[in-house]
Amino acid sequence: MFAIGLSHYLTVAAALFTLGILGIFLNRKNVIVILMSIELMLLAVNLNLVAFSAHLHDLAGQVFSMFILTVAAAEAAIGLAIVVVFFRNRGTIAVEDINQMKG
Amino acid sequence: MIQAAVFYMFAILAVLGGVAVISARNPVHSVLFLIFVFFNAAGLFLLLGAEFLAMVLVVVYVGAVAVLFLFVVMMLDINFVELRQGFLTYLPVGAAIGLVLLVELASVFAGWHVAPEAKDVIAAATPDLMQVTNTEALGQVIYTKYVYLFQASGMILLVAMVGAIMLTLRKRPQTKRQSVAAQLARKKEDTLEIRKVGVGGGIG
Repeated sequence: MFAIGLSHYLTVAAALFTLGILGIFLNRKNVIVILMSIELMLLAVNLNLVAFSAHLHDLAGQVFSMFILTVAAAEAAIGLAIVVVFFRNRGTIAVEDINQMKG
Repeated sequence: MIQAAVFYMFAILAVLGGVAVISARNPVHSVLFLIFVFFNAAGLFLLLGAEFLAMVLVVVYVGAVAVLFLFVVMMLDINFVELRQGFLTYLPVGAAIGLVLLVELASVFAGWHVAPEAKDVIAAATPDLMQVTNTEALGQVIYTKYVYLFQASGMILLVAMVGAIMLTLRKRPQTKRQSVAAQLARKKEDTLEIRKVGVGGGIG
């Protein structure tokens, strides 16, 4: 209970990841909250990588976690830019209205 | 003992913050709770000895990404109540899938152990943290062993920046802008006209 090991961190990360999945399902009309849920899931993955990095005494986990942070930042920027452009064109961001490219 | 107490504090607050992110009525509150989760995750990183990543998480995520979210949420004029409809209808499905995922992850944890060969395949061994700080140790690997990946992540950021600017750039016809080319192309004859005016005649 009081000795904090790898499995404690993995449990927290699993809980955060599940919350991210749940958030996508619950807020499936709101793109912005879906993007936030994705950020939550990426954070959980980062936590996993860092926990394993500390457990195995291997810095590669932290390096990769940093690259994931980079990609997540890029993804958030592009995603929000698309949301802004879509809102400008259609006046809504409801997911069910995003069907213009559906062949 | 203290480490365990701090761990449980950060962990419980992070999970509670995550619950608040997905269940908050107002997306602005969602973003603020997301910032809260990031802070607690940074605390967990600190406990794991990844100080540099903890600081990067606070600076990049809280300072840039979450504020970007906040700007977009506040900028767009959206009826969020309408978007929230169906929250409860999706709850059973979402909860079922979340539960299945959690059970899967728990079963992985239950029957999981580190392979004995794992010690031999360490990619970049952590140096003694009494001699080298975490930041310095990371720098020693990033700029040598992972330099190509580092450059590639720089490229990703550049492409993301160009893409975001291109997506949101728009030309509004009604706004007046300075056109340097048009200014330089103007000739004296285009604008200036000299007329002979007779005495008392005025300009006809």
